[in-house]
Amino acid sequence: MPRPEPVDVVKARRDAALDALVGYVPYIKFLGVHFDRRGDELTAVLPYAEAHIGNAALPAIHGGVTASFLEIAAIVHLNWSLSWDQIEQGAEMSKPRLPKTIDFTIDYLRSGLPRDAYARARVIRAGRRYASVHVEGWQDNRDRLFAQATAHFLLPDPQGRDAG
Amino acid sequence: MAERDQAQHDALVGKTLASMPYARALSMTMDHLGGGQAQMTMPYSEDLIGDPDTGVVHGGAVSALLDTCAGAAVLCHPQVKAATATLNLRIDYMRPATPGQSITAEATCYHVTRSVAFIRATAVDADSDRPVATATGAFTLQQTAMG
Repeated sequence: MPRPEPVDVVKARRDAALDALVGYVPYIKFLGVHFDRRGDELTAVLPYAEAHIGNAALPAIHGGVTASFLEIAAIVHLNWSLSWDQIEQGAEMSKPRLPKTIDFTIDYLRSGLPRDAYARARVIRAGRRYASVHVEGWQDNRDRLFAQATAHFLLPDPQGRDAG
Repeated sequence: MAERDQAQHDALVGKTLASMPYARALSMTMDHLGGGQAQMTMPYSEDLIGDPDTGVVHGGAVSALLDTCAGAAVLCHPQVKAATATLNLRIDYMRPATPGQSITAEATCYHVTRSVAFIRATAVDADSDRPVATATGAFTLQQTAMG
C-alpha cells in the first residue's frame, strides 16, 4: 500500500484549489465572503460590514446581501464538490467553469442581525446537466437559521472540460 | 391618504430605499415609484462580476436589485401603511445580463392582505424585450401598532 501523503501536502493542495475557486469571482471579494474548510466540508463566512445594512432603523442586513451570500455559498460548494475528485488526484486544476444559476428561491426566517453570518450548502442531486442545491444560513446559533434557499444550476458541459 | 400626502410618502420611501447602505454600495437609483409600482436601475460595475471569463454580473447582485425594487413597490402600494420585510423571493435567471450594460428592475405589488404583500418583478438590460430575470415573492406587513 502506498504511504499516505504528508498532511501539509494534502492541506496545501486543497486550500490552493479552494482559493482558486473563490478568488476567481470579483463579487465574492466585493461582499467579503470567505470559506472555512474542514476536509471537504465548507462553511461560507460573511463578516459583518456596515455597507451590508438594508434597514438602518433596526438595523438589519439587506435581503439582497443575504441572497447574494447564500447564492455564493451554493455555487462555490457545488463547484467544490464537482471538482473534489480532480483535486484529490492532484490533477492540474483548469480554469473554473462555473455552473449557471437557473433559479434561486430564498426564505427569510429571521432578520439578519448586524454581525457575522455563516452558510453551509448541500448538493441534493447533481446529474449530468442539472444540480439541485440547498443552503442554510445562520448567525449566532446553528439551529436558528435566519435564511435558507434552494437553487437549481445548469452544469458546465463536460465535453468542454480539459482532458486532464 | 390624500393624493398629495401619498406623493410625499412615496418620495420619502424612494429616498429612504435609495439611501440604504447596500443600495448605495451597488449604486442603485430609484427611477420611478408610485401606486404599488417601482423601477430601479443598477449600473454595471466590475465589482459585481460573477464570471470573469464573460464579465457577466453575479446573480446575487441581480437578486439584491430585485429585492430592493420589490420592497419599494410594496411600500408605495396605496393600502400599505406598515413597515415591510421580504418573506420569500423566487428568482428565475433567463439569460446572462450583457456585460457593460446597466440593469433595470420593475416591480409590481399586485395584491395585499392585512399581513402579506405579493409582488412580481422583472429585470432587463438594454435589450428590454428579453428579460434577464424575473421574480415573484411575498413580503411581510408589520403593522406599526404591533411594534
